[in-house]
This record gives sequence, structure tokens and C-alpha cells, in this order.
Amino acid sequence: MTNNGRKTGLGSTRRGVILGAATAVALTAFSQFGVGKAHADDANTTGLAVTADTVKVGILHSVTGTMAISETGSVQAEKLAIEQINAMGGVLGRKIEFVQEDGASDWPTFAEKAKKLLVQDKVAAVFGCWTSASRKAVLPVFEQYNGMLYYPTFYEGLEESPNVIYTGQEATQQILAGIDWVVKEKGAKSFYLLGSDYIWPRTSNKIARKHIEKLGLSVVGEEYYPLGHTQFNSVINKIKLKKPDVIYAIVVGGSNVAFYKQLKAAGIDMTKEKPVLMTISVTEDEILGIGGENIAGAYATMKYFQSLDNDNNKAFVEAFKAKYGDEIVIGDVTQAAYLGPWLWKAAVEKAGSFDIDKIKAASPGIELTTAPEGYVKIHENHHLWSKTRVGHAKADGQYEVVYETKDLMEPNPFPEGYQ
Amino acid sequence: MTNGKSFLSRQDLLALAVLAALLFIVLPVSVDIFRLNLVGKYLTYAFVAIGLVLCWGMGGILSLGQGVFFGLGGYCMAMFLKLEASTPEATKIQSTPGIPDFMDWNQLTELPWFWEPFKSFGFTLAAILILPAIFAFIVGAAMFKRRVGGVYFAIITQAIAAILTILIIGQQGYTGGVNGITDLRTLMGWDIRTDSAKYVLYFLNGGLLMAVLVLCLFVLKSKLGRLLVALRDKEDRVRFSGYDVANFKIFVFCFAAVLSAIGGAMFTLQVGFMSPSFVGIVPSIEMVIYCAVGGRLSIFGAVYGTLLVNWAKTTFSETFPELWLFGLGALFIAVVLVFPNGLAGVYRAQVAPRVKKWLHTRKSGPDAPVQDPQAAE
Repeated sequence: MTNNGRKTGLGSTRRGVILGAATAVALTAFSQFGVGKAHADDANTTGLAVTADTVKVGILHSVTGTMAISETGSVQAEKLAIEQINAMGGVLGRKIEFVQEDGASDWPTFAEKAKKLLVQDKVAAVFGCWTSASRKAVLPVFEQYNGMLYYPTFYEGLEESPNVIYTGQEATQQILAGIDWVVKEKGAKSFYLLGSDYIWPRTSNKIARKHIEKLGLSVVGEEYYPLGHTQFNSVINKIKLKKPDVIYAIVVGGSNVAFYKQLKAAGIDMTKEKPVLMTISVTEDEILGIGGENIAGAYATMKYFQSLDNDNNKAFVEAFKAKYGDEIVIGDVTQAAYLGPWLWKAAVEKAGSFDIDKIKAASPGIELTTAPEGYVKIHENHHLWSKTRVGHAKADGQYEVVYETKDLMEPNPFPEGYQ
Repeated sequence: MTNGKSFLSRQDLLALAVLAALLFIVLPVSVDIFRLNLVGKYLTYAFVAIGLVLCWGMGGILSLGQGVFFGLGGYCMAMFLKLEASTPEATKIQSTPGIPDFMDWNQLTELPWFWEPFKSFGFTLAAILILPAIFAFIVGAAMFKRRVGGVYFAIITQAIAAILTILIIGQQGYTGGVNGITDLRTLMGWDIRTDSAKYVLYFLNGGLLMAVLVLCLFVLKSKLGRLLVALRDKEDRVRFSGYDVANFKIFVFCFAAVLSAIGGAMFTLQVGFMSPSFVGIVPSIEMVIYCAVGGRLSIFGAVYGTLLVNWAKTTFSETFPELWLFGLGALFIAVVLVFPNGLAGVYRAQVAPRVKKWLHTRKSGPDAPVQDPQAAE
């Protein structure tokens, strides 16, 4: 093509120059393409952003908007994990570089940014999302463009995508053992369920109700409030009338602050455990907003607490504080987010490749003995086997672990008999 | 304002040609499909912004609830697409196969009655145009017949946006709640997620936008358009001249609502989902900002304003994920301080005289006087 211009000998120099320039551009483009190809080997057959010594991944959380306060911990944990992996020599000899995008607490923005990460940046994996709504928004994008998402939050289940590794608990892992414990240890007979009005609290309470009814006990009330709701006096009055043994609360976000303060102001002293307050939505992060003195005495069921006493966790907390300051607290989701890059690294190394399909195939069965929560293992259904623990809130904003299941709980996102 | 046979002045034709060249030639050639799809998304907001120019810029009716109509159009389209995606085979893991997944999660066992008609594409298209028009008519008639206007009207539209958002989020079994209606796949068997479909939808969207612009130019150049400007500036005089002011206001409000709904439907098709975050107060106000940045007196300005603001939003947030909101805020403040009439104001002051001169030298003969509603302010 290039010679054509010259051969036809178009006298006009101007045309020659243009053709020459075009040739140059084409050649550069070609040579770059060639260079790109030279780097691609068995470890990357699908054109991901992997070079001989780097691999690009994405971090997609809200760092602005209402969810920023919750998601910041996850971003910090993921960056810490990436930094530690790089210090150990990276993944398959490649340093991890990350591209961070802001989901801005807005689900459509999450979808847009997820697409950008996969289509434009060609990242090898994405660590991100927090709310179910943001995950639902990006899920079709990950399935269409065949990306890999590591999702850290405990959530409602009812989902099992080959393109997602769920590093948090699905609902049954968080709920069943906690209820069994409160029934056995506190002799609870009646429960009052309440939560914020969206799919996670509703599905979780549905599972809780089924389980309570299976145990032959009673649910005396069930109520939902819009996100951001701050007036809980009417439900507190109802609780006082019905006198349940357990208040089972799945209130999220800023509403928590109002809920626990109003509960205390209404004279319900959680330290007296009449009734017992049990929650699955308040981690150490939320207590920062609520204030330790307002929630002291409550019980939370999670898989991780900052106070967990094992060597992995001590090293993790120390590294986290060294990087982000002594004041920082670490909640359940932050720890789950920290697992993401490590699980991905393990899958890549097992597969010997960054190819998404090979990672999907390699993921089930992967174990992590260095997890701060202890030992975790990826199930066939892409969720994690992990323990359920009950923590007792103290006035200093930390939980004291009072119970943990003996065995790992099997993840079961589509629980038979609980739907 | 009669320019011989055509309602389009040479300046209008030039503006249409420039925009068409940008949308149909420059952008498709210079950006990849991912960015082009984003531009397509921005352009769906331009429908709302154009509606706001008619309503607010020309008619003086500030609506802070245009997201309601954008959402109505978008949800109608999303309901159709969701039903098509929820075949019994595709949803066989659910307790009740054949209904949308979020209904199953909310323990619904059959399709609600108001979802049934959305199995028909014809009904859906009609609903996209008619539902928002009826809703706008009810709101408009209730307000304007009682001579409610100005800031009171703005507040009421904002309240309606808030109410609709709460309704959608609260009735999650019927609407998908805060997650919205997600995972839309095909339109009458045609996969809307492929790159080729994205191209087709982009050009369809652009074509619709051009058609809407021509229609709006027609409305503005007609007697109706001049009456709108008149009642914005001196409503009483129009009323005393014997016109029923309320009817004109209701008409332009309904017209803007239908435009927004078309934008919403195109949005759903191109983005592949719809959620209440496009319905509420914040997106509605954002849409007013697009219009203000572009210049609220110019329909072309509205299109460029929408593109500029959204482009800035995307670019800032990609470059500075933690600081981008400040950049966007600075842009708005700068526009309001430096160019109070938006992009269109800059164009009118700086570029338009030269274009006019150029057009005149090319063909002698006086052009029709340019309508300049700014002069009336």
C-alpha cells in the first residue's frame, strides 16, 4: 500500500507527504501491536492488560456519595493486599498495577465504570462493589465482557455467577448459627425482626423467620423502614409492648445512628439483655458513627471481628494500622475485601494464566491459610467456606468474640426450605 | 418570523448541519464503541434538556421533576425488555419461573396485572408516549388552571419526583426497588448488548434527536412559540389579550414530558437497565443544570451543554476518582459566573454575528431578524 503512493509517482509532493505520514502512523501502530503480541504468552491469550512485568487490575468502589463511608475500608484493604503481593514479587512474576474508579454511590455509574475497566483498560480482575444494587448493576457487564469480580460484602444470596467470587458471607452463613447460639445460650423464645427496606434485609429476615419457625419459636413482629429513615420511636414502642426476647435488627447506613440512640433514650438497656439485641449489619465501621456507648451490650453475627485472636489477624491489623494510622478500625467487609486480591493471586498461580476462563475453572477448591479470619476455601458455587462468629459490643467500639462455630459453614446461596 | 416557505432559517439549517456532522460523522469516526455508547447515553439526557428549554427557557415554567417523565419512559421500556428476558427457560431456577427475577425474590407468585400489557411492543411504545403525557396533563391542569406557577410549581414538581422515587423503592416486588430493573437482554429477539446493536441504537437515538430538534424549531417559530415567550415575560398581558394562558402552559409541559420519556426509553435501550436513581430530585436538578450550562434559551445549546457536562463528569471522575466532584462543582460555578447565559450565550455574543455576516455575504438579501428573547429580559 505504501509503495503504491510512491510508485504511481504522484508528482504533487503534498500528496506524497500525506501518504508518507500515513505510512509512518501505520508502521508505528503495527510495531506497537507487534510489541503487544510479543508480551502475550500462555499466561494471557485473551488480550488482557498484562505485559512481561505488570498486570493491571481494577478497584471499583464509591469514594464519593453516601456509600463512601462504608466502602472506603474496602478500598484501603484491597490496596494493602496489592501492595503486600507486590512486595512478595507480584503474581506470576508481574507487579500489580491498579486502576481506581469511583462508583459515586450511584448504580448506573458502577455499570459505566465497570464497562470502562473491562473494555478500555482490559483489567485482569476487578475488586469492587458493596451494595447489592451496585452488584446487580455491574453483573450483566461482567458476564457479557467476561470479567472477574471479587465482591466483598455479606449479602442476601440468591445469586451464583461464574464471573463473581463472593468473598463475604451469603445470608445463611451469617444468620443460622447466630440464631442457634442466641436460642441455646440466652434461652430466646420470641423474636422481633426489623430492617431497612431493600432486598438484603428482607431476604435475610425471611431466612431468619423460617429458621426461627423451624425451631418452634415465634416471630412477634417484622417491620421495614426506608433507607435513611431516622424515626424509630413507633417501632420502639411496639417492641416495648410485645416484649420479645430478641430484637433482630438489620438496619443499615446512617439509620443505625438514629436507631441505637433512640433505643437507648427509650430506656432499653442492651447490657441488661432484656431484650437481647442481635444484628447482622453493624460492624466496627458502623460503630464509629453510632458511638460505642450507644450500642454496648448488643451482639453481632459476622465472620470477622477486629479483635479476633490469631496470628494472621494480628499481622493484618498491624499492617493496616501501619499504613492507615492507629485510629483506623477494621470491619467484617474490610477483611473480606482484603481476601479478594489474595484469592485472585492464588487462582492465577494455580491456573498458570490470567485468562478469565482458566481462573473460573481454577477457583473452586482454592484455600487461603493466611486469611485474617483464619482459614477459607472457595466452594464450587464461588462463595467462601467460613466460620460464623458472635461478637459482644463493648463501649470502646470493639467486639469481644463470644462464640465461633466449630466447623466452617457451607455457603448455600439458594437454601432449600428457606425461600 | 416567516422566512418565505420554510420555518427553518439559514442559521437553523447551519446549526442542524453542524450538529449532524458532529453526531453522525465526527464522533463515530473518532471514538470507539465504548465511548460512543456513552455519548449515546448523554444524548438521551439531551431530550430532557431540550424539553426544559421549551418549558423553562421559553415558557418560564421551571420544572424540577423532569426525571419523573424520563423515568416513566425508561421504566415502560424496561418492563417490556424485562418480560422478554424472563422466559420460563431463562428463569427456571426461580420458585415461580416466567416472572422477572426481582418479583421471585419478593415472593410474588404471578405477574401483577399492570405488567401484563407490557408484553406487547406496540402497547409499550404507545405507553412511552401517552403515559407521561397524561401524567403531565393531570399535574399541569391541576397547577396551571389554578394559576400556580413560578417557584411553587418548581417545588411541587420536586415533591412529585420524591414521591415517585419513594413509591418505586417501596414497592420493590412490583418495580425492582432500589436495584431497579436490571439485566435486560433482547428487544424482539434482537440482542441489544452487542457492539453492532449499540451502533444501530446510537444512530437511531441521534436521528430521533435531530427529528425532535426540527419539531421544536417548528414549535418555536410558530405563533405558539411566540406566545410562550410572551407569557413568560408578561403573563397578564397575554391573558388580557384573550388567550387562555393555562392551556399553553399545559401543552408545553406535556410536550416536554413526552420528550423526556423518549429520552428515558432510549436510555434503557442503550444502557440496559433502569433504576430509581434517574427519577428522583437529584437527577432532575442535574438535568436542569445541563440546560443551564448549555444556555436555557437555545435548544442546540441544551444539546451541547448536556454533552459537555456529562463528558466532564466522566473524564473528571476517571482521572481524579476522589476529587472529581470538586472539579464538576467548579465548572458549574465558572459557567454561572462567567457565562450566565451558558454556551448559547457565548455563541450569540461571539460567534453568531460573524456567522450571520458570512451567511449574508454568501447570499445577498436580508435574513429574517433573529429572535432574541434575551433582549426581552
